[in-house]
Amino acid sequence: MAQSAEHVLDHVELFRGPEYQQMLAKKKIFENPRHPAEVERIKEWTKTAEYREKNFAREALAVNPAKACQPLGAVFASVGFERTLPFVHGSQGCVAYYRSHLSRHFKEPSSCVSSSMTEDAAVFGGLNNMIDGLANSYNMYKPKMIAVSTTCMAEVIGDDLNAFIKTSKEKGSVPADFDVPFAHTPAFVGSHVTGYDNALKGILEHFWDGKAGTAPKLERKPNGAINIIGGFDGYTVGNLREIKRVLELMGIQHTVLADNSEVFDTPTDGEFRMYDGGTTLEDAANAIHAKATISMQQWCTEKTLTFVAEHGQDVVSFNYPVGLSATDDLIVALSRLSGKEIPEQLALERGRLVDAIADSSAHVHGKKFAIYGDPDLCYGLAAFLLELGAEPTHVLSTNGNKAWQEKMQALLASSPFGQGCQVYPGRDLWHMRSLLFTEPVDLLIGNTYGKYLERDTGTPLIRIGFPIFDRHHHHRSPLWGYQGGLNVLVKILDKIFDEIDKNTNVLGKTDYSFDIIR
Amino acid sequence: MSLATTQSIAEIRTRNKELIEEVLRVYPEKTAKRRAKHLNVHQAGKSDCGVKSNIKSIPGVMTIRGCAYAGSKGVVWGPIKDMVHISHGPVGCGQYSWGSRRNYYVGTTGIDSFVTLQFTSDFQEKDIVFGGDKKLVKILDEIQELFPLNNGVTIQSECPIGLIGDDIEAVSRAKSKEYGGKTIVPVRCEGFRGVSQSLGHHIANDAVRDWIFGHLEDDAKPKFEPTPYDVAIIGDYNIGGDAWSSRILLEEMGLRVIAQWSGDGSLAELEATPKAKLNILHCYRSMNYISRHMEEKFGIPWCEYNFFGPSKIAESLRKIAGYFDDKIKEGAERVIEKYQPLASAVIAKYRPRLEGKTVMLYVGGLRPRHVIGAYEDLGMEVIGTGYEFGHNDDYQRTAQHYVKDSTLIYDDVNGYEFERFVEKLQPDLVGSGIKEKYVFQKMGVPFRQMHSWDYSGPYHGYDGFAIFARDMDMAVNSPVWKKTKAPWKEASSAKLQAAE
Repeated sequence: MAQSAEHVLDHVELFRGPEYQQMLAKKKIFENPRHPAEVERIKEWTKTAEYREKNFAREALAVNPAKACQPLGAVFASVGFERTLPFVHGSQGCVAYYRSHLSRHFKEPSSCVSSSMTEDAAVFGGLNNMIDGLANSYNMYKPKMIAVSTTCMAEVIGDDLNAFIKTSKEKGSVPADFDVPFAHTPAFVGSHVTGYDNALKGILEHFWDGKAGTAPKLERKPNGAINIIGGFDGYTVGNLREIKRVLELMGIQHTVLADNSEVFDTPTDGEFRMYDGGTTLEDAANAIHAKATISMQQWCTEKTLTFVAEHGQDVVSFNYPVGLSATDDLIVALSRLSGKEIPEQLALERGRLVDAIADSSAHVHGKKFAIYGDPDLCYGLAAFLLELGAEPTHVLSTNGNKAWQEKMQALLASSPFGQGCQVYPGRDLWHMRSLLFTEPVDLLIGNTYGKYLERDTGTPLIRIGFPIFDRHHHHRSPLWGYQGGLNVLVKILDKIFDEIDKNTNVLGKTDYSFDIIR
Repeated sequence: MSLATTQSIAEIRTRNKELIEEVLRVYPEKTAKRRAKHLNVHQAGKSDCGVKSNIKSIPGVMTIRGCAYAGSKGVVWGPIKDMVHISHGPVGCGQYSWGSRRNYYVGTTGIDSFVTLQFTSDFQEKDIVFGGDKKLVKILDEIQELFPLNNGVTIQSECPIGLIGDDIEAVSRAKSKEYGGKTIVPVRCEGFRGVSQSLGHHIANDAVRDWIFGHLEDDAKPKFEPTPYDVAIIGDYNIGGDAWSSRILLEEMGLRVIAQWSGDGSLAELEATPKAKLNILHCYRSMNYISRHMEEKFGIPWCEYNFFGPSKIAESLRKIAGYFDDKIKEGAERVIEKYQPLASAVIAKYRPRLEGKTVMLYVGGLRPRHVIGAYEDLGMEVIGTGYEFGHNDDYQRTAQHYVKDSTLIYDDVNGYEFERFVEKLQPDLVGSGIKEKYVFQKMGVPFRQMHSWDYSGPYHGYDGFAIFARDMDMAVNSPVWKKTKAPWKEASSAKLQAAE
């Protein structure tokens, strides 16, 4: 017996012991397993160009897609407002999933309710669920706003949120003047980034365009402020705080719309803060008067920015600004739109990032990378890699569309380091597996699910993306801005150096190259 | 200090009753009336816990429950390793349940095993409008071509499938025939069905009955030589390797485990199960249906067991042995004796650190009762418990075999109620899920995830008990819990007093 009270073995070691290995070997008899040679043959076949061709010919099946569904993005955006409870109209299991998913990434509570629709609602519609649900939420959780979105179920049966909310208010579920913005977010259209866009637009529309016919539309009185939208982002805590620091440094009057940086980073001090931080409802309304709205992620905010532009503001969008040029563009745009000088402090920070790149880019130069993730994240990372002299080789985004593909290709064409790169919209991580076998790269950048690719193909994984479940606290450091660029550079370098060490640590065989100075 | 040991039962009862009243006050009248039926204080001698269960959750509250899809794909079918499980419908359900339950298995992932892959039909708007059956046909062909060593496929319906009226059964039959009798199982586990994941378990069990057992040839010989000691483990999902640390005990006592359901399970094991002499059932809630069916159809008796903590393990080993001859009975005693030194050493080490600590639980199918014995082995006391998706027979078992007089009982508790209960009762430990974990830790209450073992485990069996004890100790006695208040915010803190 390997187990003891003095040295408790958990699953990592326990099952390696001879008694468990023997037991597992005996279990095989009942599993009717395939012949090991057959497993080996198919395994090797899946690495071939022939398999890749069949894999890419797939038309219907998705295997390990790198995207989630709309309501997740809606919940993510909704908690960016002061004391706002996301309310998902549909079946309750979905909400359990969104809450778990966000909690697993941020290691934080995630609060959200559903209208718990079941069979009867499927037949008769979910109006009663909405009426009772809003009343219960309002009484129990004392929100300042309830932001409603839908699941696929409510969308298939065609529930009308606008009418339902109106009726609920008439029935007294919540006071007539209580804010209940809404967005239809069917899970079978787009992805979580679409849901973010729809929910945020729904909330702005509510405040700016007369609160679903219950108040006069706001009249825009332009001021000098700037609105910032972060988009769906696993690093929202670090990134939004960094952007706010930069804005304050520049002295720009600003409103971060959907500022969820506090609610996903609450302290442990004896109190559970169900709501924390967030854009105030007053600021959300007043955001109409801003001079301009800047989105940090174009593909998360397409409809929202169109809506904002229609109200007379300048709109500018970035694509997950990582690294020097992207941050330069952001800072210049901020200065141009606000009329504020760029402070010396930022020039110093910029210089430090240039310094870091100059010190280290030799280790990154010419290395081939595969990247996958949300469309903007892929773009931002690829742009930074080009700047480092690295060679993006496969860029894959399950929720990227044709327009994204074209924009990516234009970026890659702009640099000699991007010439050998292919862009894959709408593909999944099983496609990526084929790519990594048939056209290997040095490093892979993506979310936690990339660890399966790392194991199968031996491509070292740098964890950047959403979700990151199996590493802790990454979301607290920014990836945007000059500081963020430095963080990304260090992540890349650490992985490169770790790999060299791993490959040269065999005593008596690879004593060379196991260096202490680099 | 334990509240329970400082007060009389009558006092605790009064306090708990008042607490329930207080919690109900926040609700609108109609909701309060409904929720009142799900909250109670257990009274010794009663046949159940006196709460209603398995009833629809109330809209707009933060219920912790999942859905039928989660019960079928996430719990029952997902761990069958050599089959491909298609999350049929939009992308989300498969994505959120991808790899989240730690159903450990051994196999060549992606080649002959598929548990940690996410297969989905990724429904788009046109699939909703025109139906998804044609797409499903194509998907089955693509799986057949790209994953040729799969031993079968299941189709796990998400919400829209039932709503748009797709005929996944017809597709399954046709494709199975086309592939020479390949096992293809349609499962109608749409998330809106039923009131929680519980119905999903039942639907999944029925699918095994109809599409696995229903297709077995009556006189088919088992693929192995049967023995009088063949048993099947039913209702162990091998979270962190639980079924393995259970299986090893059964084999050591002389039994032969011919199937594991469903953790580290395979289609062949499912098919072999009707040849077992006894089905031993861990998670009663999720698999009593198929166990009862096998009893009726194949005459296989089943017996519940509990492998948490040495007291319950010994009790269960003897109960299981009771179905067999003296050789197995002696085997059970031998196993109990063999592991007694480990159990004693674990208790000797950890009990002094945990004695008198109080625990509140809120978990799924069996753990709200089954782990109570393990806590008691460590000198801890469970002062509140409840089920996400238990039925009345779960509460009967809880009342008759597990909970003490005056224990607070909360069925389908929601975030609001659970927080108030914990705030008032101040337990030393809360055991629940990921959605609850950070809420209570923020409040400064030690917490363990009792669905996933907080990524530790196994917790079953004697080897698992050592891990369980260590984990509870590390949670309750972590130095961090003494640091949650800033010293300058605690007027009475020793540091400040010393400074004065």
